[in-house]
Amino acid sequence: MPSWSFGDSITRLAADGGVVVQPRMGMSQPDRMRAGLAAVQSAGAVTAGTITVDSYTRVGDHASARAALDGGGSLNGFPIVAHGPAVTRSVVDGIAGPDFPVQVRHGSADPRHVIAAALASGLDATEGGPVSYCLPYSRAPLALATHHWAQACESFAAARTAEFEPHLETFGGCMLGQLCPPALLVALSVLEGLFFRQHGLRSVSFSYAQQTHPEQDAEAALALSRLVAELLPDVQSHLVVYTYMGVFPKSESGALQLIADSALLAVRTGAARLIVKTTAEAFRIPTIEENVTALEYAASAAADVRPLPPPDDTGLYAQARSIVDAVCELSTDIGLALVAGFARGYLDVPYCLHPDNAGRTRGVVDASGRLLWQRIGSLPIGDSADLVTGRQLRSAELLDALSYIERTYDRLELAQ
Amino acid sequence: MNQDLTLCEDPEGLDDPDGPDAGGYLGRRDGRHGRDVIVTSTSSDSHTWNLVFLQLVLEELGYRVTNLGACTPDDLIVTACLELRPVLVVVSTVNGHGHHDGPRVIRAIRGRSELATLPVVIGGKLDLAGGLDGSVPAALLEAGFDGVFQDGVALTEFCSFVGSLPTAGRRAVETVGV
Repeated sequence: MPSWSFGDSITRLAADGGVVVQPRMGMSQPDRMRAGLAAVQSAGAVTAGTITVDSYTRVGDHASARAALDGGGSLNGFPIVAHGPAVTRSVVDGIAGPDFPVQVRHGSADPRHVIAAALASGLDATEGGPVSYCLPYSRAPLALATHHWAQACESFAAARTAEFEPHLETFGGCMLGQLCPPALLVALSVLEGLFFRQHGLRSVSFSYAQQTHPEQDAEAALALSRLVAELLPDVQSHLVVYTYMGVFPKSESGALQLIADSALLAVRTGAARLIVKTTAEAFRIPTIEENVTALEYAASAAADVRPLPPPDDTGLYAQARSIVDAVCELSTDIGLALVAGFARGYLDVPYCLHPDNAGRTRGVVDASGRLLWQRIGSLPIGDSADLVTGRQLRSAELLDALSYIERTYDRLELAQ
Repeated sequence: MNQDLTLCEDPEGLDDPDGPDAGGYLGRRDGRHGRDVIVTSTSSDSHTWNLVFLQLVLEELGYRVTNLGACTPDDLIVTACLELRPVLVVVSTVNGHGHHDGPRVIRAIRGRSELATLPVVIGGKLDLAGGLDGSVPAALLEAGFDGVFQDGVALTEFCSFVGSLPTAGRRAVETVGV
């Protein structure tokens, strides 16, 4: 019998059938959640399932989640803690398995309760990270988030048995969704993986979110895989690509082309898994049917990919490696190194308002669509990064940059 | 929201030595300035691109912005108001819970006598009905906000309101039609 473990399953499914496609999906009611998982499982594609928790559970307010359930109210995700393990087991029973791995997604700076609930429900995979689920979405000090994440990782890893291999995915490759230049995304994804390993994980996937330029994205995703091979050769790993997470095209054809391009990125860079968005993304939370349609579309786009030459080396690997090395030199404890790295500005996420982020860097989209540095603050990449010169950022230019992908892909529709 | 931004441009806001290059995106300001504005989210809202954008808009109008960031607890907003004594507070929220969080925030602010007349506005996606619930702006004004700018309202209207502040001193007073 094949292994149940998420990491084993994804690797085997991808080797057999190409990139595994996975939605984001979470419903408050158990029967709806089960129906969503079943629909994804029976989609005409090799799929993985997702249980996304609601925002009350994300911030640890399980009483409010319980009250909403008791009052018949609808939440924006599955309250895995409030429902408890018996209900969650009933949701995945007979669906989750070696050929349909399921991941819990949560967005929490303090994931201890979510990870405990996943374990109690027999689920072996979740995602996030001490930086990527603290800086963008929380006011928690980074030092506290790393402390909680260390505890959560250790309790997760302690659940390992011969048949059960806990799996974590880094979310660091998706920071803020847009306008974070790829070298820093790659570095953060690697650093969170190093943190996971230090706290006991042996099976880790590494995320990278599609940005604004196909060649640059391919270079970044390949740099990420190279760094993982160099720095974490002892960890079972795979690459996971995310369809663009910023402002989405409004036209159906534009949205489909963007999804197809993310499938191309995944195939070209050897990703085992692709987190897919839908054509409804610009307007609302997608339905089950819209998710299934998008998964099938992405899988068919992936199957049609023709070989492409490797991307040019514009120095992304060298930049990411410089950042990772500089941070790791600050402490042998990766959590302390991350905190010190942000304090010194070796890590500094553009446009991130968290008090522990220096806020002295800036990413801009150039005329060709590449996402480049305009200011690097104290990032240790001064000798390898070409800076885009420009005046102080204006609000209109920020809106232009934020809507670059939307504009570019919606224009494709007009051209047809 | 992104319509006709040119009307918001103000050459006086350019190259401000206290602009975002000086202290990062999250304002860390010492002392009172007379043109300080607080930009904030609400306790339940983790979105920040709207806050980054509004900071730039306000800086272009010549203000010095303290950006409190995402998921701001009510007491943090009140404390920041008491410490900084801004000329304006801009509450921006896009998670659809503004109709719920907004009244609570403004009651906390107005609960301090020192802040009774402080101009405070709220804007963004304030309900889950896409702004179709016409009672929301009135309820927020009634709760104590001085202006309500629902998603879809031209940014020019917000800029007009800001320009009408007594401290702006260089724009004609205009009535805000909300």
